[in-house]
Amino acid sequence: MPSDRRNMAKATGRYMQEIRDIVKAGLSRRELLRMGLVSGSSGLLALYGMRHFKPYWGHAQLLANELELHSPPNTPFVDRLPIPQEVQQTQLNPRPTKAANTNAAEAARPDHQYWKDFGGSDTAPGFTGVQYEIFERAVEYDFYPDIDGVDPSTIWTFCDDPRQNPTGPLRINAYYGQPAVVRIHNNLPKQNNGFGINQTSTHLHNGHNASESDGDPTHFYDAGHFKDYHYPNVRAGFASTHPTSTLNKHTVRGDVRETMSFLWFHDHRFDFTAQNVYKGLVGLYTLFSDDIQLDTGDETTGLGLPSGAYDIPMVFADKVFDPTTGELFFDLFNIDGILGDKYTVNGKIQPYLYVERRKYRFRLLNGGPSRVYEFFLSNGKPFFQLSNDGNLLPRTLQRQSIRLGVAERVDVIVDFSNATKGDKIYLQNRLEQVDGRGPTGKIIAPTNIVEFRVGDAAQDNSKIPDTLLALPDRRPTVRSRRWDFGRSGGEWVINGELFDPDVIRAFPRQNTAELWTFTGGNGWQHPVHIHFEEFQILSRNGKAVPVDEIARKDMIRIGDSAVGTENTGEAQIFFQFRDFLGDYPMHCHNIVHEDHSMMVRFEIVP
Amino acid sequence: MHRRAVLGTLIGATLGSATLVPRHSSSGSTTEKPVTHPAADRRRSRFPNVPLRTHEHQEVRFYDDLIKDKTVLINFMYTACQGACPLTTATLVQVQHALGERVGRDIFMYSISVDPEHDTPEELRKYATRFEVQPGWLFLTGTQADIAQIRAGFGDNPRLEASQSNHLSVIRLGIEPLERWAGCPTWSTPQTIIRYLSWIEPNGPRPDGANLRIMRN
Repeated sequence: MPSDRRNMAKATGRYMQEIRDIVKAGLSRRELLRMGLVSGSSGLLALYGMRHFKPYWGHAQLLANELELHSPPNTPFVDRLPIPQEVQQTQLNPRPTKAANTNAAEAARPDHQYWKDFGGSDTAPGFTGVQYEIFERAVEYDFYPDIDGVDPSTIWTFCDDPRQNPTGPLRINAYYGQPAVVRIHNNLPKQNNGFGINQTSTHLHNGHNASESDGDPTHFYDAGHFKDYHYPNVRAGFASTHPTSTLNKHTVRGDVRETMSFLWFHDHRFDFTAQNVYKGLVGLYTLFSDDIQLDTGDETTGLGLPSGAYDIPMVFADKVFDPTTGELFFDLFNIDGILGDKYTVNGKIQPYLYVERRKYRFRLLNGGPSRVYEFFLSNGKPFFQLSNDGNLLPRTLQRQSIRLGVAERVDVIVDFSNATKGDKIYLQNRLEQVDGRGPTGKIIAPTNIVEFRVGDAAQDNSKIPDTLLALPDRRPTVRSRRWDFGRSGGEWVINGELFDPDVIRAFPRQNTAELWTFTGGNGWQHPVHIHFEEFQILSRNGKAVPVDEIARKDMIRIGDSAVGTENTGEAQIFFQFRDFLGDYPMHCHNIVHEDHSMMVRFEIVP
Repeated sequence: MHRRAVLGTLIGATLGSATLVPRHSSSGSTTEKPVTHPAADRRRSRFPNVPLRTHEHQEVRFYDDLIKDKTVLINFMYTACQGACPLTTATLVQVQHALGERVGRDIFMYSISVDPEHDTPEELRKYATRFEVQPGWLFLTGTQADIAQIRAGFGDNPRLEASQSNHLSVIRLGIEPLERWAGCPTWSTPQTIIRYLSWIEPNGPRPDGANLRIMRN
């Protein structure tokens, strides 16, 4: 027994060394396969099965062996950071309709709420707003640079063409006051290459949308169907507290202080969200508020934030790859959370980006599945934080580091004006995390994730504004509720109960506000996410929150190391239920937890 | 030069049962990849193919006989359990009843003991009889080491005592050939368990997306 393990471990060590030698010698895996020297898929997997990836699975060490499987080695900073690809507007055919067009293979859904208020009509052309068409497809994709000789993986991702592959994650540039319909086709295959399911429900996180367009986990549909998602691009309060409001002398529907900036969309299929998101079903939704001259998308107007080519979203997704085949790998039986040993940004491992000597707006999104980051710049320069969860803060904050939990979004300005041409500056993660449960909270030696290569000076009309957007008023709440996030017998529970698709746990009244208190911890961290509206965190353990959490958010980290290294016990939020009716979920966004029942549904009733 | 040196070391390092075995290429050197079945290997590598014994006193191989190509419901239990297991078993009895003839034909149910020392096939047979378990649902035991491998394969920590296992309240639902694996709390109702399973079946019923109680527009 022990000597078998020792022999196996030695053999693995030799094998891994050979892999490293192969890479160094410049022999690509493809050449080796051709020479018949590496049998593609057996080997380590056949020897050990899939349970031995130490970086992401806390139990790997329990078998008391020295086995540490790692993804194939990569050469960092040889692939350019993919720039998210803007989806072009189109004319949908058949035209979008208020009721689901099931004859044309649209998935069944309730009628679009407020259809006629936001672009819809019963007569031709049916919808006068912006239209996008997106296809969920399997795509062969190279995560590794060519020189590492690792084969491409099959990913499932959003494409704006039924046949052509995108060059990066998709980006929808949306505008307040311009309602949109996004038609999403499920063209995914049955063969999943090991994980994922070809049934999808796309959630725009965190749009203020009707329940039928919100991408609830149980509203999924099969391949061969599509669904039209109606995004009014209107601010919360439009049918309740703020029929109109004014900023910069512009009057618009809804509360201007509920203006959002940076959203993302991803698959949310019940019990398979972790798998499908990890497999690539992630896109970006940048929402501009030029209607009130705020976050305009033009750095010569409004707040003057860096724009156009200088406004770059980055999705961080740590991944694991099979050491023999290089195929993207996901542990199906891990309920603690998954850590990758390869850091991808917009789909490439440790990419570089040429930057000019001026200011940039980087929109940082943690795409999960479980890792929490704390970002630093290698030159010690600060970030200028503009937003939390994609919503403009009251004032710009100068930060030495940015902590980002799963699904959280932060817009930052990084200023390269004083850098020297030829410099290499790194975006680094320094937060320690050894298993999927949550970070230890310790700041450790950096891992370089993105390499910024400094080039020439460039014209810069952008500004770092001091004031951004005031917080919305908080009116009196009508009700308080407590939600405890815990663990019971290996399953994740909320208030001691498991998720049941038939059970609605709360019926808040439309257009009211409530006070919700969250508790959790005991060795775990839960990023709790509520669909539908943004909330404000009132306190943590009865005390004021850190300044960067004085914001509108849709994610709140509770439990261990939620803020710093302390257990933050209890957190209280102010939350509203305005304008729409229907059911929405609240859940832990460590998506591995969510897939194991850490979710509740509430229904907004009249 | 360096490449040849590496090739030389490669030939020398074998792992016995698996990789890096130099293949003799014919003189009309082809550029074909060696024949591999990545999906089959990957599927097989997910589970240990250990020998188990059923409550019907049969010998079976875990992957080859029980899992491969099948739709399965798997839970963990032990006969001396006073807590979650009797409730789970009772729930699964209702599931078996509701699924009717499908069980044993195209759906297979397995309850795996985490206490193999005590849970012999005979003990399991008595337990199954007590609960009126019908054919198509097997209770399984094996050696400590083999059961530990299975537990580890499902993400459970086999160092935990049986009664501490945090897998006692999880049911694994899987369509093995499609590599679709989902989890379900055992405390769900039998109807919910069956629905979760039917949702992952290619032609199963779906949640009714239109059935939402929207009161007004």
